[in-house]
Amino acid sequence: MDQFFDTFLNWDYIWQVFPDLLKTGLGNTLILSVSSALIGTVLGMVLAVMGLSAKRWLRWPARVYTDIFRGLPAILTILVIGQGLFTLARGLIGTNPYPLGILALSLIASAYIGEIFRSGIQSVDKGQLEASRALGMSYTKAMLLVVIPQGVRRVLPALVNQFIALVKDSTLVYFLGFITSQRELFRIGQDLAANTGNQSPLVAAGVVYLVITIPLTHLVNFIDKRLQTGGKVRPGLGQSNELSAGGVMGQ
Amino acid sequence: MTTAAVRSSSVELRDIHVSFGTLEVLRGVDLKVPSGGTTCVIGPSGSGKSTLLRCVNRLQEPDRGDLLLDGESVITADPDGVRRRVGMVFQHFNLFGHRSVLDNIVLPLRSVRRLSKEDAAEVARERLAEVGLADKAPYRPSALSGGQQQRVAIARALAMEPEVMLFDEATSALDPELVKGILDLMAGLASRGLTLLVVTHEMGFARSVADEVAFMDAGKIVEHGTPDRIFDEPESPRLQQFLSQVL
Repeated sequence: MDQFFDTFLNWDYIWQVFPDLLKTGLGNTLILSVSSALIGTVLGMVLAVMGLSAKRWLRWPARVYTDIFRGLPAILTILVIGQGLFTLARGLIGTNPYPLGILALSLIASAYIGEIFRSGIQSVDKGQLEASRALGMSYTKAMLLVVIPQGVRRVLPALVNQFIALVKDSTLVYFLGFITSQRELFRIGQDLAANTGNQSPLVAAGVVYLVITIPLTHLVNFIDKRLQTGGKVRPGLGQSNELSAGGVMGQ
Repeated sequence: MTTAAVRSSSVELRDIHVSFGTLEVLRGVDLKVPSGGTTCVIGPSGSGKSTLLRCVNRLQEPDRGDLLLDGESVITADPDGVRRRVGMVFQHFNLFGHRSVLDNIVLPLRSVRRLSKEDAAEVARERLAEVGLADKAPYRPSALSGGQQQRVAIARALAMEPEVMLFDEATSALDPELVKGILDLMAGLASRGLTLLVVTHEMGFARSVADEVAFMDAGKIVEHGTPDRIFDEPESPRLQQFLSQVL
């Protein structure tokens, strides 16, 4: 039992690794995951709209892109982009693989997020688009003002789940060999674990991940509940209850 | 219902053909509603009534034929421009579920008619008051009854100041006790001189409000005339059979 505690919960190592985790690791993990979440969301929306287009030359590239980036192991994509482009684009971005790590994570995320958005937008009753068009709105306006806002609302839980996956996948830039100040949580834990032969630094890193991901998980549950009750009659909440998509509209 | 001036137009369909794959839904339909007139289209399910109506605002583009508004062909014009002149009310209301009742009307006023926020809100409130729902402005559509939702949909269409209004089975999804209120509202529009083209299963409404009734079957207008002619002296066996089933 003592050995168990010494291997996983050795306070000396935990105290040793914690300052680095918080000062360097947390920031880098957040930069990697938040920026690729933002870029992935924007790209994902573009992919979703392309995928729903009536025009084949828009739909087709979106399909191919999505199939490729969802079909490949994340680590493979990250290495191909992070190392491959690193060699190719050295003149442009210098010797820093960090932006390429973000790029790779963003491209992978956009394929998943695109599919989430697409399914959400597709689930909006087609009468919504028809009514908008019948009022004289262009397709673009109808999509932007009426269809997409309702579609996105429905898939918010799935979207947050994707963000959680992104926080976890940000560990994979480990293999790109960032410099000391660029290390994210996992790398910092792993480095000390490798040096000491003790797993406690990794356990400490894990705790920090959970501090990020568990609240997000509960945010999913919260949004889910809001969405489920939102469709019911709730007088007085007409303007404030932004999350309540009209449940009656699906008929 | 206020008696605000309406600018209405005649609407005319000429030799309209529509096919979905190999299925011919409309097989050469001619129909004219004079400015300020009310025409009801009746007929069995699948006869092409709704498709015909959707050709008027070009939600359905005909394969062949012509569409005239106010005597002018608009079949090749910008469809958004046509839709600004032709309002439509749907069977399932199609209110925007993520917006308040007021915003359902404000949104198209701002994005299509390009009114300022204040002007749009003022017009929207006026239209809501006209259909008796001024107090529902801040609610979500889902908080309203079907009849109330359809009133909002009518107010939303009217706010765009259409020259022609299309009603696609506007009362079919309503509870029976809510039907009359909507029909009365539509009759009010007819008496205000708005051009109405109404697809309906409400024979009483067709009889009392329409100037002309068109009976459709299998993608064609089989018979048309005044309500008295259509309901009291039907000529074609198909119409006689249809009336014997619905009256």
